[in-house]
Amino acid sequence: MFILIRVFSGHPVVDAVKLALYRPSFYRVGGLTQEAMRGPSDWSVADRELMAAYVSKINETEFCVAAHTATASLAFNDGAKVSAALADLDSAPLTEALRATLRMLGKLTRENNIDAADIRRVLASGVSEHQIRDALAVAFAFNVTDRLADVFGFAVDDPAAINAGAKYLLARGYR
Amino acid sequence: MRDFVGDARILSDITSLHNALVARVLEGEGRASSEIRRGAFANDGLAEPVRTFVDKGAHRAKTVTDADISTLRKAGLSEDEIYEIVVCAAIGQATRQYQNALAALSAATGRT
Repeated sequence: MFILIRVFSGHPVVDAVKLALYRPSFYRVGGLTQEAMRGPSDWSVADRELMAAYVSKINETEFCVAAHTATASLAFNDGAKVSAALADLDSAPLTEALRATLRMLGKLTRENNIDAADIRRVLASGVSEHQIRDALAVAFAFNVTDRLADVFGFAVDDPAAINAGAKYLLARGYR
Repeated sequence: MRDFVGDARILSDITSLHNALVARVLEGEGRASSEIRRGAFANDGLAEPVRTFVDKGAHRAKTVTDADISTLRKAGLSEDEIYEIVVCAAIGQATRQYQNALAALSAATGRT
């Protein structure tokens, strides 16, 4: 039954779906993640998937980087844009609003703290207060999930499985 | 810049979902004691070897190894207890980040 922790299985069989199905009465984050990623927002689904990939990249969580890079690429219908954002935020072809927001989420994830000046820079790029709240919700969800993926050793799937997962996340979401 | 404060449209708000998530992992049914779950969430007040494990989970999750988990098993913790400790540590650290950022947002906008 217990298949999440590597030491008991002998090999990394873990994935996000198994985690979601394991003891949902204790840890049930799907509703929050669904609201953050698919709830009403002035960020597009593609924007939020890129935020998830970016936060996961800062955390160096390979499984989540792969999954959400694929999902964001599909949602934007532009894999080059997503790759560019993850490779070099400053030069990537993004709106200044999204770039400033990703920069702020990156600092929060890396340093655990941001201040009012960081927020003002994002507001000055044209992002609304509510959009900042929405972006922080995405960062919360993935700062939890990335830690679980790392501790439990989520295996990175092959590209076909990653793409199938991306299609599923766009069609069905996180519930 | 559009300001959506006061806008009639319904926008997302994870506050109640976040509160419910935290309450469930800290106070809901579980195998680990409430004390250890709260300690893992706060990354504070824990005895070894759980203290070091929780701090790695909070700040260096990528460096957690099978050996770390074996150490907890040898200390007498069950699989379910370890699972709950990891979940509480992850949600605790992400919550501190989230609340820090919301405080920064309030400071920047003058609104709570």
